[in-house]
Amino acid sequence: MAYYKASKDPTKDLRERLYVPELLRGLGITARHFFRNLFGTRDTNLEVVDRKGLSLVSTVQYPEEKPIYPEGYRGLHRLVPREDGKPRCVACYMCATICPAQCIYIEAGEYDSAAPEAESRVIEKYPTKFVIDELRCVVCGLCVEACPKDAIRMDTGTHAKSAYVRAGFALDIYDETGKPELLRGPAVSHPSDPWNRRDGSEAPAHPIKEAHTRLGEGDVRYTREGHGHGHGQTPALPASGHKVEIDTSKQIPVTKFIKQ
Amino acid sequence: MNTFDDYDPNPPETDELEAHLQTKRMVVNLGPSHPAMHGTVRMRVELEGETIISADPEIGFLHRGFQKSCENVTWTQCLPYTDRLNYVSAIMNNFGFLKAVEKLLGIEIPERAKWIRVLASELHRMQDHLTCVGAIGLELGGFAPFLYGIQGRELIMDRVSELCGARLTTAYGRIGGLNRDLPEGWKEKCLKSLDKIRELCVEIDGLLTKNRIFVDRMRGTGVISAEDAIDFGFTGPCLRACGVNFDLRKAKPYWVYDQIDFDVPVGENGDNYDRYLMRIEELKQSDRIIRQCLEKMPEGPVMVDDWRVAFPPKSEVYGTIEGVIAQFKLVMEGVQVPAGELYDATEASNGELGWYIVSDGGGRPYKVHVRAPGFPILSGVPRIIEGKMLADLIPTFDTINMIGGEVEQ
Repeated sequence: MAYYKASKDPTKDLRERLYVPELLRGLGITARHFFRNLFGTRDTNLEVVDRKGLSLVSTVQYPEEKPIYPEGYRGLHRLVPREDGKPRCVACYMCATICPAQCIYIEAGEYDSAAPEAESRVIEKYPTKFVIDELRCVVCGLCVEACPKDAIRMDTGTHAKSAYVRAGFALDIYDETGKPELLRGPAVSHPSDPWNRRDGSEAPAHPIKEAHTRLGEGDVRYTREGHGHGHGQTPALPASGHKVEIDTSKQIPVTKFIKQ
Repeated sequence: MNTFDDYDPNPPETDELEAHLQTKRMVVNLGPSHPAMHGTVRMRVELEGETIISADPEIGFLHRGFQKSCENVTWTQCLPYTDRLNYVSAIMNNFGFLKAVEKLLGIEIPERAKWIRVLASELHRMQDHLTCVGAIGLELGGFAPFLYGIQGRELIMDRVSELCGARLTTAYGRIGGLNRDLPEGWKEKCLKSLDKIRELCVEIDGLLTKNRIFVDRMRGTGVISAEDAIDFGFTGPCLRACGVNFDLRKAKPYWVYDQIDFDVPVGENGDNYDRYLMRIEELKQSDRIIRQCLEKMPEGPVMVDDWRVAFPPKSEVYGTIEGVIAQFKLVMEGVQVPAGELYDATEASNGELGWYIVSDGGGRPYKVHVRAPGFPILSGVPRIIEGKMLADLIPTFDTINMIGGEVEQ
């Protein structure tokens, strides 16, 4: 029975022609809601589907009760900081390119190669300006997906604040007073970050495929003595200072690229 | 001079008291910001008394240049635009577009992605029908069904926001599959929501379907014959209400619809009441489909394993140069869709949502045309309503469920 007749003619039904039974039935439904809502206690569980109370009210009293945003809800953008407080962004323009609303404007700066700061030797570019026009943004989340550095996220769980002028919605890394504006939230670090690969810094917890494809010799494992701070678990390794282990016993796991 | 010679002993048949008062025709503008004109449609109605002499739907207040916008962005970037076509069932637009592009690319999406696509589509079909049925109730004077309908819709929105990160503008799915899998514990929540929605549907059904006032306003009004409906290009519940058994999910099953046990309701009168019944019945069928999907869904990847189409996994992008290159090529150049053109359609909540896409072999569409199901249906409204009463216009406009976003693009 792929298709079935669903047409009805209630006017031919005797019960229907009597008017009253159907009238009472409808009244019964609304009355049930009325009395349950009137006398029942309201369950304030923010997960509306889990509400158990007698009252059938399913509204969330907004300013007092705020609904919980589910994980992965797309809110206001943030520029993810590194552990030293600077943005992770390397000004590659990927987010600005993929944005269907063209709401991201980036100006790139270059680190001075002779700067005393160690970062300047591993990262060349950084954004001097990173402006998101929240009025243009369509909140599609493509920028987050396009970012190759995990530098932009939409996990703040908030929305753009109201402002009196349009310029108030164009958020930069830092606002006029120098206070971080887009740059906020917890810092994020990946084992593959270049500053984590410097001599004497955090050791990556997994073999770096980039390295083995370059060396082409075996499964490369950068190891370092001591404990890291929060980059996943460090594998148990023989303690012998900084060294590079090359395991040639196994076949090299070649990074899969585009299939033909 | 009044003489007895003028006196007619046998006056004409028409009784002066019975005859229509000869008045000037009146033009009434319904909309563009009328609560019963969903979206922003202006209906220019010419009335003689309460009879509609002509009705002229005027669209374009919501025109955003969807088709032209798509030509200037990559295939991936078109996706957020498709949300805004039918904003009551955005996921179906997303998936319809993706299905067309995937067909032109010649790729098969993973099995699990197909199941999730069916599941999410049916969730949004329920959302669309709940909104429609609720609005019918509201506009015919019953406020309670609207509240129950919106309550059900809200539950679906909660589940959808857990699934894709936004309530309305979903932007779900990517070319080659989906960007996210089902979240942890979502299945149970979804089943619970379905149970709740089923209860609500029973209540809506109890309040409306046999309500004499409702039936009297719906039955026999807004009638269109099956021949006319086909000529106008009606699809979906509006066509099936006329007794034509055509549903793309059955006629040309896509994704996994052929593995799911479900039925399609068909009416016979083609009036407002049957169109309403189609939606009530389809709510039940969608519920069946979703339950089967949750049960039968296999494990596995949700995205094709081809870096020419899908972004590489994040670990590859952060850690390897090949991953970064593939990512850059996809962002900067877009998915390279082979040159060609095709028409592909899915059964959206209001009918056949068709996509005619042309590619010149680059990363951007050469042309994207949408066959919005609402457009031919709206064009049939004057035919349905001319010569009928003004009061019939409101239920007719409700039951055809025209969505401004997709009709006006």
